[in-house]
Amino acid sequence: MSGIRTSGAEMVIKALADQGVEVIFGYPGGAVLPLYDAIFKQNRVRHVLVRHEQGAVHMAEGYARSTGKIGVVLVTSGPGATNAVTGLTDALMDSVPLVCLTGQVPTHLIGNDAFQEADTTGITRPCTKHNYLVKDVDDLSGVMHEAFYVASSGRPGPVVIDLPKDVQFAEGDYFGPDEVTHRHYLPQTVGDPARIAEAVDLIAGAKKPIFYIGGGCINAGTEACEAVSELVRMTGYPATTTLMGLGAIPSSSPQWLGMLGMHGTYEANLAMHGCDVMVAIGARFDDRVTGRLDAFSPDSKKIHIDIDPSSINKNVAVDVPIVGDVGEVVGQILESWKNKDPQIDGKAQDKWWGQIDEWRGVDCLRYEQGQAPTDTIKPQYAIERLYELTKDQEAFITTEVGQHQMWAAQFYKFEKPNHWMTSGGLGTMGYGLPAAVGVQVGNPDSLVVDIAGEGSTMMNIQELGTIAQYNLPVKIFIINNEWLGMVRQWQELLHGGRYAESYSAGLPDFIKLAESYGMTGLRATQPDQVDDVIKQMLDTPGPVIVDMVVSKEENCFPMIPGGAAHNEILLGVNDRKEQTQSEDGMVLV
Amino acid sequence: MTNKSEIERHVMAVLVDNEPGVLARVVGLFSGRGYNIESLTVATVSEDESASRINLVTSGTPMIIEQIKAQLERLVPIREVYDLTEEGPHVEHELALVKIINAGAERREALRIADIFRARVVDTAVDSFVFSLTGSPEKIESFLELMRNLGDVEIARSGVVAIMRGEKRKQDA
Repeated sequence: MSGIRTSGAEMVIKALADQGVEVIFGYPGGAVLPLYDAIFKQNRVRHVLVRHEQGAVHMAEGYARSTGKIGVVLVTSGPGATNAVTGLTDALMDSVPLVCLTGQVPTHLIGNDAFQEADTTGITRPCTKHNYLVKDVDDLSGVMHEAFYVASSGRPGPVVIDLPKDVQFAEGDYFGPDEVTHRHYLPQTVGDPARIAEAVDLIAGAKKPIFYIGGGCINAGTEACEAVSELVRMTGYPATTTLMGLGAIPSSSPQWLGMLGMHGTYEANLAMHGCDVMVAIGARFDDRVTGRLDAFSPDSKKIHIDIDPSSINKNVAVDVPIVGDVGEVVGQILESWKNKDPQIDGKAQDKWWGQIDEWRGVDCLRYEQGQAPTDTIKPQYAIERLYELTKDQEAFITTEVGQHQMWAAQFYKFEKPNHWMTSGGLGTMGYGLPAAVGVQVGNPDSLVVDIAGEGSTMMNIQELGTIAQYNLPVKIFIINNEWLGMVRQWQELLHGGRYAESYSAGLPDFIKLAESYGMTGLRATQPDQVDDVIKQMLDTPGPVIVDMVVSKEENCFPMIPGGAAHNEILLGVNDRKEQTQSEDGMVLV
Repeated sequence: MTNKSEIERHVMAVLVDNEPGVLARVVGLFSGRGYNIESLTVATVSEDESASRINLVTSGTPMIIEQIKAQLERLVPIREVYDLTEEGPHVEHELALVKIINAGAERREALRIADIFRARVVDTAVDSFVFSLTGSPEKIESFLELMRNLGDVEIARSGVVAIMRGEKRKQDA
């Protein structure tokens, strides 16, 4: 077996093409010039020029999450790599498969504090699933192919390959993906049959069950989501999804209780609190979901399906852990269920649903929208109207981070997986705009809307340049309340209304900003303008920025304050009867 | 962590690919997630030098210990993680080099105690000895305690290396 003799740089591009990569997001610089030269000389891999490396990584994330493919990033050494760190950490927290190529100073200069040198593998070690420094061109094709394998197998995540400039120039032998062998990294995908049987018995015997569905289902793929939906349908049990799991089962299902967690619905959180059997599928019991741990779902038996053994028993001790791929394991459960054909306790279910319907009757997401010209637009109304006017288009929605993100999660409904892109784990402000670019690149004919806040969107506003350059028809839907709303809300509720530094001063005129990039800018300030502006946005073929001027003081409810339990959920600002924020709770973020 | 159970000490053997950065990954995992390392040693153990063995001693609640193992197993260059404390009888050994500076009766007493502990004298000068001692961490600890009373000491310890008793092998060479 002999490889093709070529330069390191050409090898990288060849490997990308052989891995099926169609597009990469990047920014050139001194240490990656040979790679850019190799890109210039071919047309199999397309390059999207970003305006900041953080943007490149979020674009790759948006691309990966909306297409199910691996996102690829190319940045230069030093500042190029350090700028990518936030995006890499975001991808690690939300399990997004990425391969990030970073330039590095030539091997003989490594460690000499050379120009634009940074210890990239050192810096990115804790924020990647794995990383490589390639010092020998003969290792390069093996590393490239292994990186794609590592990024996408098991629990997906970002992988960095640091490429010294002399390695990019050096000549070596290229080997294709089938010619290199991987090492012992083999995640367990099939569930332990004994555990499956245990789970089936537990699920079948439940009196007050709930499915708790997370982003792992979406990572496991469309078929896995269909299997989960089938399990939910077959049992007739209620189901809630996490922020990352929205779309894993259709929102139109009457069994769906909405999102759970800090800003989840009343019914979802109380059902979690009161259930006797919890089936966690591809979810990781993070603090935004569990609230106070010692009061989390105290009377339930917990089944936990996850591909990552370290997610199991990390925060919450579970009774039936099942390590495996969601698609495989849920498939096994369905098969076992059909063989056993167990009897569900119908009477108990009716009672449980009766209780849930009572909770639903609270109508926890209600808000009041006056329609007079003097009334301000409620942010919830703006998002609800956006949903109503776009729901037939299978739109892709990205968000920034903050109040608007939670309202989007509450009011925009998804029938399918992979249509909702948000920064869940890391909570990265500035995620949504570049992510929308990546989604649009991967889905050129689809409607892509970034539901943004005016604060977050300013954090990566430079990517308007990327949108303009490629004329991507991204719609940026800014819920503009002139405040860092979630910060303001916490200051109001927990810090005596002392609004330290949370006012968005010095904002640009978003319409003029749009126009300066040759885009369309639209604004609504009154409730009766909302529909017209949304329709106009949808009818405009190119990129649009919508400045949705909303009421400034609106807070995001329901809310489980930090350190509180699910059943201590607040429905509104006046619902303070139970509101005793403990000191332990105050220190939580 | 809701589980406030007892802190346990665990001895682990971690087989890893012998490649640059692997130790940093392990150590970074412990510091980044706030786990304890009581001791850690690393050396290559396979015939072709492709694998290294990290012997480490850590402590935590049962839930934390389970997390440590799961987190270690997640690292790509890690081949196997063995919890020797969990798996059963094993031998724990440590090497210490102890320099003691003293004279007169204390010097003679040091030599006598070294004999009791079967420590070997590996260097001697007019006012000093260097003892070499192997054994369990407890044995080394009590030897050091005695020596500290007999003069100024300097201590170099290897940290624990451990292996299962019996014929079970934890490594494919």
